[in-house]
Formats: sequence, structure tokens, C-alpha cells
Amino acid sequence: MGMTMAEKIIACAAGVDTVRAGDIQTVTLDRLMSNDGTTHLTIDMYNNDLKHPHIQDVEKLVWIVDHNMPCDSPKTAGTHKKMRDFAREHGITFYEGEGVCHQVMLEKHVRPGELIFGADSHTCAYGALGAFGTGVGCTDYLYAMVTGTSWLLVPETIRFNLTGKLPEGVYARDLILTVIGRIGANGANYMAMEFAGEGLHGLTMSDRISVCNLCVEAGAKTALMEVDDVAMDYLKARGREPKACFASDPDARFAAVYDIDLSEIRPIVAKPHFVDNVVPASECLGVKIDEAFLGSCNNGRIEDLRVGASVIKGRKVAPEVRFLVVPASREVYQQAMAEGILDTFMEAGAIVMNPNCSVCWGSCQGVIGEGETLISTGTRNFKGRAGHRDSFVYLASSATVTASAVRGEITTADLL
Amino acid sequence: MNETFSGKVWVLGDDIDTDIIIPTEYLALKSVEDMKPYAFSPLRPELAGQIAPGDIIVAGKNFGCGSSREQAPEIIKALGVRCVVARSFARIFFRNAINNGLLLIENADLHDAVAEGDTVQVETNRQITHNGRSYPIASLPANLVEILEAGGLVKAMRKRNGL
Repeated sequence: MGMTMAEKIIACAAGVDTVRAGDIQTVTLDRLMSNDGTTHLTIDMYNNDLKHPHIQDVEKLVWIVDHNMPCDSPKTAGTHKKMRDFAREHGITFYEGEGVCHQVMLEKHVRPGELIFGADSHTCAYGALGAFGTGVGCTDYLYAMVTGTSWLLVPETIRFNLTGKLPEGVYARDLILTVIGRIGANGANYMAMEFAGEGLHGLTMSDRISVCNLCVEAGAKTALMEVDDVAMDYLKARGREPKACFASDPDARFAAVYDIDLSEIRPIVAKPHFVDNVVPASECLGVKIDEAFLGSCNNGRIEDLRVGASVIKGRKVAPEVRFLVVPASREVYQQAMAEGILDTFMEAGAIVMNPNCSVCWGSCQGVIGEGETLISTGTRNFKGRAGHRDSFVYLASSATVTASAVRGEITTADLL
Repeated sequence: MNETFSGKVWVLGDDIDTDIIIPTEYLALKSVEDMKPYAFSPLRPELAGQIAPGDIIVAGKNFGCGSSREQAPEIIKALGVRCVVARSFARIFFRNAINNGLLLIENADLHDAVAEGDTVQVETNRQITHNGRSYPIASLPANLVEILEAGGLVKAMRKRNGL
């Protein structure tokens, strides 16, 4: 019996020929990402709880300040300083102001075939480049930092065979929200979600990142996509080579297989307070909004900003709405500037901000107040996620979010 | 690791996410002790003040879904919760809880049977008893038992690897 892509990456990282779903393996990690959400906790444990604190291989570590960037209080300034000082002292690759951690990792570090721990749940985004990325807490992170290893339960894989092409005005975001709606918020708990088929080849890198990034909202341990020319072009343009390119064997065993015709996907909205609470966008028309957010590791790339700009060009943000536009990285920001996209947003009355996690994680900037409603390209719509516990978050594509910012209520771009 | 204990039950629903367990706005507080009063506040602001040491949380499916913030299991432990019984746990939370020495038990049926305030008896690796009925529970893999017995991953690491 063949192996799945997830099994092959784990076997490689464990130094064995074969692994099977359900095995517990000790693996050597290729890369370890942490951000300012919890790194200060890792540092505290490193300094206070270990007898012989040391870092197994500092080259594996990448630390990124993005959750409260720039810091918004003396307390977060303190946690940033702790992180910055420790990174300098130990020679850890360190970014602040560079962008949202996953976007920065994909732009600068991730290689196909790697096994990567990130102290952030959306680390599964790295599957867009054929890498096994998985989110962990700060204690697992510390263990991996000190030993270079960890234990992993080899996951079952759910396979999604994609065919066809997304229709005009429908985006990868609509696709992944549709998938999550279909399998549910724990439909892939402990499992890998693998996307394959000829439909995959028509998806851009940005599309792929958007799909893989959100798989944790179905409970997935990781998301994976086979490396093809699109992924190789992205990698080569950034001067990197794969560690290894794996694909599932034809006789690999999958826990479930879904066939998805991309041409049947339609604009989707996830209603409060669960990501799997999805409906066709047409069922949410007319819901009044107070704020709109275009950004995040899920949907803040240049492709998403281009879509937003094309929707808002020549129009204005509704007077009662704050529209936050937050490019996912410095690279994206500069590209958007060069293309005049930021001018388009500014002229329309949007608030363009520096790359960071923004209101997607309910801190830093743009949080919403009691009774307010946000439409967002962020990752989650949990109760209280974006601010006050009695507020409401709808998730949608960059086109739907931008169109709603113009109208002041939820609408789709084709109805403007 | 075989223990028997009883505790008063607090019942929560499905998909209790980490933003419910500890909302982002309180993560900047200095310590888990400072954050503790805000546990579960988006859903039940009074709950953190009502939970007493030794109590047991019984929840539905996908408990702990969402972010990797490790403050979530730390706070539940700091409240004195003896264990969390749920239909299923989200995987990052599962690891984080074990790594912090918080016992988690999966059981599909108990959630439907208990009412808040009931008392249940837990025999680890064996069963939960409620109103005379027993609910079998699976044993944890050996590597997780080792972590739990040591009181968390860092302590297990010190013990095992001498680190």
C-alpha cells in the first residue's frame, strides 16, 4: 500500500522508510516559526524552567513580530523587547514590520518537503508550497527549539480532487469556506487535508495559500498541495530550492475523498460566530456593517488587493463605514504602492495600514465595539474575536468585503 | 497513572473556541492568574468566579478549537479544573493541555446525560460514572501519560532528557 504526501514527509523527517496514519513518530523539525503572540512565554520557560537551556540549531528558528505591530501599549512593548533582545543575543532570524508571519515565511523561508512547527494555528498555510506546517503551543515550541525534535501522530488524510475553474468573481476564499461548511469545524480534526487534481493547477500561489491557511478552521493538523510549475516558479523567483517534492501514491489510503468542481463554487459568507456557518453571500444581502477589513495571512496578498481595488475604483467607502486595508507584508505593500492600488484605496476613503495581523485577531488596531458588525477577509469570526464580546463578524472574499464597504451593508461586487 | 476522583460538573456546548476560553484583549495581562477571571467571559462572564478547585468541565465536540494560545489550557488549569471531558478536542489545544499537565478525556455520550451541578466520578484510563451508569474511556498513549505524570512537557523533558 502506498503512502500519502503527509506520511511521506513525516517518514522523511523521522528517518524511516514507511509510516502509517495512527503511528506516533519522533520527527526532526526543519524550521520553527514563532510570533509575538506567545514567544515571550517560550522565553520565560527557556530562562526559568530548564536546567541546561540551549538551542539545538539556531538556523531553524524564525521569529516574527506581527500580532501587535507596532506595539500598542507599554505591556506589548515589553514583550516585543524581550523577544527582540533574546533574538539578538542568540542570533535568531528576526523580523518586525515585515508582515504577517505566514506570509513572511512563505515569501522568504518555506521549502517543499519541510516539516515546520509554527507557534500559530495558521501554520498549515505552508502546504501551498508542499511543506507540512502545523500549529503548536509555546511548550511544544520550546521542546522543539531545545531538542530539534518533537512527537507527531501521523494523520489520516482527506483528499479533495479539484476539477474545473473558479467562475469570474469567485475566489479561493469562497472555495475554502465552502469546503469548511461542507465538512464542518472539526471535520478534519487531527487530519491532513490534501488538495489535488487538474483544478489545482489553475490556482495561483495566492489562491493556494488562502486555501491551505484556513484548513485549521476545519480542525486540520496540516494542509498539503503537490508542488507543480506554479509552486516551483514562486520558489525560484525567490531563490530557493525544494528540500524534496512529495506526492501521494496512487494506492495511498485516504480517510475520505471529495470531488469538487470549482465551476460550481459561488460567493460565500461565513456568518457569526463559526467559520463553518456558511451560506451563499446572496442570503446575507442587506446586513448593515460598521467596519470592513481587507487583509490578514488569509487574504492580504497583492492578488486580493488588486481585486479590492478593481471593485472600489471610482467609488467611495460608505460614510458610516471604516474600511481597513492591511497588506500582508512589506513586499505586498510595496507592490501595491507601485501599482497605484494604495492610491485607489486612499482616494476611496479607505484606511491603509502597515502589514500586521490587525483586527483579524482582535487586538492592535481596528477592534469593533459593542453591537458592531465587521465584514472581514480575516481567518475567524468567533464570538468576541474582533473586539467586544457582543459584536458580529462575517467572513467573505476580498471582492465581497470591498463591495460591502462601498454599500455599507453586505453585498457582492456584481450588485454594485 | 490510575486515579479516581469525583467532581462537580459545569456543562458547555460544542465548539468552545480559544477566544471564548480567553479573549485576545486579556492576553496582554501579566500572568495567567490575572487573566483567570476572564475565562469563558464572552459566553458566560460569571463562570470563572463560580468554578471551584476540583470541578470538571463537560463539553460537546471540538473543545478548544481556534488559536494556538497556550494560555487557554493554562487558565483552565489555574481555575482548578480537575479535567475536561468532551466529545472531541481540537488538536492544538489537546497537545497544549497535555503539555501543561491538564487531563483531557474524550467521551461521546456523557455530555448528553449530565446536567450542570451533577457530580461524576472519574477513574482514569477506565471509566466515568454518573447516576449509576458508567461511560468507558480510552487509555492515553504511553508518551502522553509520561508527560501528564511529570506535570507537563517541560517537567517531563527535564526528567527524561536532563535538559
